[in-house]
Amino acid sequence: MGNQKTGRIKSIAGPLVIAKDMRGCEMYEVVRVGQEGLMGEIIKLIQDLAYVQVYEDTTGLKPGEEVVRTGAPVSVELGPGIITNFYDGIQRPLLEIKNQAGDYITRGINLPGLDPDKKWDFTATVKKGDELIGGDYLGEVQESKVIKHRIMVPPGIQGKVVEIKSGSFTVNEVIAILESGGKKIELTMKQKWPVRIGRPLKKKLDPEVPLLTGQRIYDTFFPIAKGGTAAIPGGFGTGKTVSQHQLAKWADSQVVVYVGCGERGNEMTEVLITFPELDDPSTGEKLMERSTLIANTSNMPVAAREASIYTGVTIAEYYRDMEYDVALMADSSSRWAEALREISGRLEEMPGEEGFPAYLGTRLADFYERAGRVVTLGSQERFGSVSIIGAVSPPGGDFSEPVAQNTLRVVSAFWALDTNLADRRHFPAINWLTSYSLYLDFVKPWFDQNVGKEFQGLRGDMMALLEQEAELQEIVQLVGQDALPESDRALLEVARMIREDYLQQHAYHEIDSYCSKEKQYLMLKIIMKFYQEVNKAIESGVGANRIAAVKVKDEIARMKYTPNQDFPKRYEELIQSIEGEFESLRNQK
Amino acid sequence: MSEQAKDIKSREYRSVTQVAGPLMIVEGVEEVAYGEVVYIRTPGGENRMGQVLESQENVAIVQVFEGTRGLDTDQTRVRFAGDIMRISLSKEILGRSFDGLGRPIDGGPEIIPEARLSITGAAINPTARAYPNEFIQTGISTIDGMNTLVRGQKLPIFSGSGLPHNELAAQIARQATVLGSEEPFSVIFAAMGITHEEANFFINSFESTGALERIVSFINLADDPAIERIITPRMALTTAEFLAFNYDTHVLVILTDMTNYCEALREISSAREEVPGRRGYPGYMYTDLATNYERAGRIIGKRGSITQMPILSMPDDDITHPVPDLTGYITEGQFVLSRELHRKGIYPPVDVLPSLSRLMNEGIGEGRTRADHLGVSDQCYSGYAEGRDVRSLVAVVGEEALSERDRLNLKFAEVFEERFVTQGVDENRTIEQTLDLGWELLSMFPEGELKRIDEKYVKQYYKKGSQVGAGD
Repeated sequence: MGNQKTGRIKSIAGPLVIAKDMRGCEMYEVVRVGQEGLMGEIIKLIQDLAYVQVYEDTTGLKPGEEVVRTGAPVSVELGPGIITNFYDGIQRPLLEIKNQAGDYITRGINLPGLDPDKKWDFTATVKKGDELIGGDYLGEVQESKVIKHRIMVPPGIQGKVVEIKSGSFTVNEVIAILESGGKKIELTMKQKWPVRIGRPLKKKLDPEVPLLTGQRIYDTFFPIAKGGTAAIPGGFGTGKTVSQHQLAKWADSQVVVYVGCGERGNEMTEVLITFPELDDPSTGEKLMERSTLIANTSNMPVAAREASIYTGVTIAEYYRDMEYDVALMADSSSRWAEALREISGRLEEMPGEEGFPAYLGTRLADFYERAGRVVTLGSQERFGSVSIIGAVSPPGGDFSEPVAQNTLRVVSAFWALDTNLADRRHFPAINWLTSYSLYLDFVKPWFDQNVGKEFQGLRGDMMALLEQEAELQEIVQLVGQDALPESDRALLEVARMIREDYLQQHAYHEIDSYCSKEKQYLMLKIIMKFYQEVNKAIESGVGANRIAAVKVKDEIARMKYTPNQDFPKRYEELIQSIEGEFESLRNQK
Repeated sequence: MSEQAKDIKSREYRSVTQVAGPLMIVEGVEEVAYGEVVYIRTPGGENRMGQVLESQENVAIVQVFEGTRGLDTDQTRVRFAGDIMRISLSKEILGRSFDGLGRPIDGGPEIIPEARLSITGAAINPTARAYPNEFIQTGISTIDGMNTLVRGQKLPIFSGSGLPHNELAAQIARQATVLGSEEPFSVIFAAMGITHEEANFFINSFESTGALERIVSFINLADDPAIERIITPRMALTTAEFLAFNYDTHVLVILTDMTNYCEALREISSAREEVPGRRGYPGYMYTDLATNYERAGRIIGKRGSITQMPILSMPDDDITHPVPDLTGYITEGQFVLSRELHRKGIYPPVDVLPSLSRLMNEGIGEGRTRADHLGVSDQCYSGYAEGRDVRSLVAVVGEEALSERDRLNLKFAEVFEERFVTQGVDENRTIEQTLDLGWELLSMFPEGELKRIDEKYVKQYYKKGSQVGAGD
């Protein structure tokens, strides 16, 4: 028998539809299911039966309805128009859906990811006769105020330019023709790429440049590198989403892809409202001008949730290929894993731990491995990066569960959120004792060169103090603070200062929300200065109680609210205040 | 869907081949739609309702809402309705009571439908949502001051058996107002598997405020069929959407008890022999709960709103149990009731430390409550949290070993529970009263210790020489 073009529904259970007469179908091929043409993807084949995960609600489908093959895998459309847009998990533009269907997302809406009618001003940067290979730039389009979109030759295509034109075009109009081996290839501004396959690159590089986030706990203590991966696990209420939002807002990447995967509708609305209003510290324009959002909220179809992170990472890779540093936020990978589990359960696969499929670990690794700082495709040497920051929502806040554990095996920075810290409103509630970053050594030279040689050393000293504090706290629990020697009590005082005045950072405060690397450095130096003065005072016999009462402590507590640009001046003042007050303290004795 | 559904005549079969738990398998059927409604007539002449859970070429798996007792594989008649589950709605629904499947139980007539809406509901397009930011004053300090509720929020009460969650929910429903707003307001009450007394308590409490004509109730009691509970919240929420977005009403939906709902879900799942997730609950429970909880919110251009207050009892007070855990991941915060506070005789026993309102920041501050609100709340939190730590420390080392600061925190925690948390069942505090009370308590700390409040508010509100805590 030849390949059939259509089959019929055999059975329906939740998001899983089994279709018969489907011989010749390929794994991961897209099909249209039922009279409304609901989009689905083939995830299992047995003889002529195809198991299809349907990306929309299946209520009302009946056995016998048609299932039509499309012959193509799940793909995204790549081209100008992605930035500032807002998509669902399978790249349907949500604003356009609203225009067509109203306030609720109804079924069977089929819309292209890129607006087919919008005209873009394309400026060619190559000329007739140039030899191009996949990844080379044909020209540019100003996509948003800050993003120059490079139109590239799609991977795998090469040839000599026989025609190229600048001007105003839609994404479907031909802008260039290449000739290769006597064959002519027409190119438009649009590429299609299957989401489950990573876009090709020349070479991966070591993660040597930090991705600065303006958040003290990450930049100073547990940095992530450009092209790196990080996980933020935490129980509910620990501030995963706020952390993700902060990173999306302030990280010094040029493009942000924010994937809201199985999370709250109102949270996506918040992003949608705040991003177009917030200023981007690096460009001065609004944050939305460099962002794209993918929202598949928890009540939207579960199979599309599974696809959403792949849609996100493919878009991220595409902008990476244009020499951009891209940050991808996935909130939350646990919801993605649950979608995987639900589909796996419906397929009656043998379950692994806690009902998750045995391939959970491989799928997670495949996803995170698509991050990296790379030499991009093309005839010139160009660099770009994709950094992935994934939130994990472990049940009961227990990190021993499969999603958190499998994520830990593949990511290099681990930012553990802690319910206890959140309960006492220590935000960001990242536990400094259990978190880690494997990028510390990689990015050290960069910090030495760009911030200050002492920076990493100060970080180490602060970390050691926090470590000692934890040990002392155990003793305090047993014998009370009064039983400690003076020097230890002073140490506790300084550790408290690090925790409250440095690590705690107010996401909603207009100034504290973003802390520049220079300010971080100076803040560390101030605390260090304080610590040294405390030690000197103790040596000269000043009691811990009197040290605890120094006034300059209150000033230090408020230093985080001094704007970044005014901080160097504030630094000088504070250092003087510290020296002055301690000197008089020693003299009073 | 509705067009084609009308073309298909309803089809009746007597080919039930299997009955197991809440499920029934019918064979020899044709073109049964997934999710279709099924009417069942038992050999004894009783009528029941069900819904298609899985549709194969000639076989339909049906969940029977009212239990499968009395069904057989010979005489039972099964009729497929040719339509999915719907509810008849009109403005007349206000003031009425229904059973868990939406049939009137107050002796009144059937609702003459203005609309027949699918109870599954569709997801609100995130671009169509309006961000909730209107402060709701509940008159309860621990809520208004520390975990502010806003219109369109979903904020559950995590409770345990024997704790006064019903009193608290009823007090909120009675006292909730939006300052300076006189818009239509109604309460939808969905009971799932609660006792007769509990249901009566709510009805009486609504009655006492004279607002019964603004209440719609859907009642499935403890002795009503368990599987029916799968439908009850969906009925209630469809009604809420209808009132909120067709009639500009501000709706408060109280769903109690969600733990019973989840148990019904588990029963179906195990009857279908599905691979279980944690504690036997199905792997899709998160998605299923989300399709209910996410039906709260506001829509751009619509005047109404849906605020949800699900109540759930945590088995063994365990907040990591799957039901509260998954709920907490979906809702925008939670109020956690504490057995310890309850034992101390404190009402409402809201433990503010694990409680949270995620939408608080948007709903408070200048022009909504008061400019110092956020600072006061943060400072109270941190003082109370430290005080509680010290309290556990005292048990080990005794009060003598405490530092001055610790002693102050300890004192603060006590006074905070006595004066701020504690209030009467009918005590309705304005937000000013709550915040002023906060300042009165905070003023026992030296001015410089109030690091979490902006200096200018400390200057404005700090009460020098406060008597609180100065007693000993």
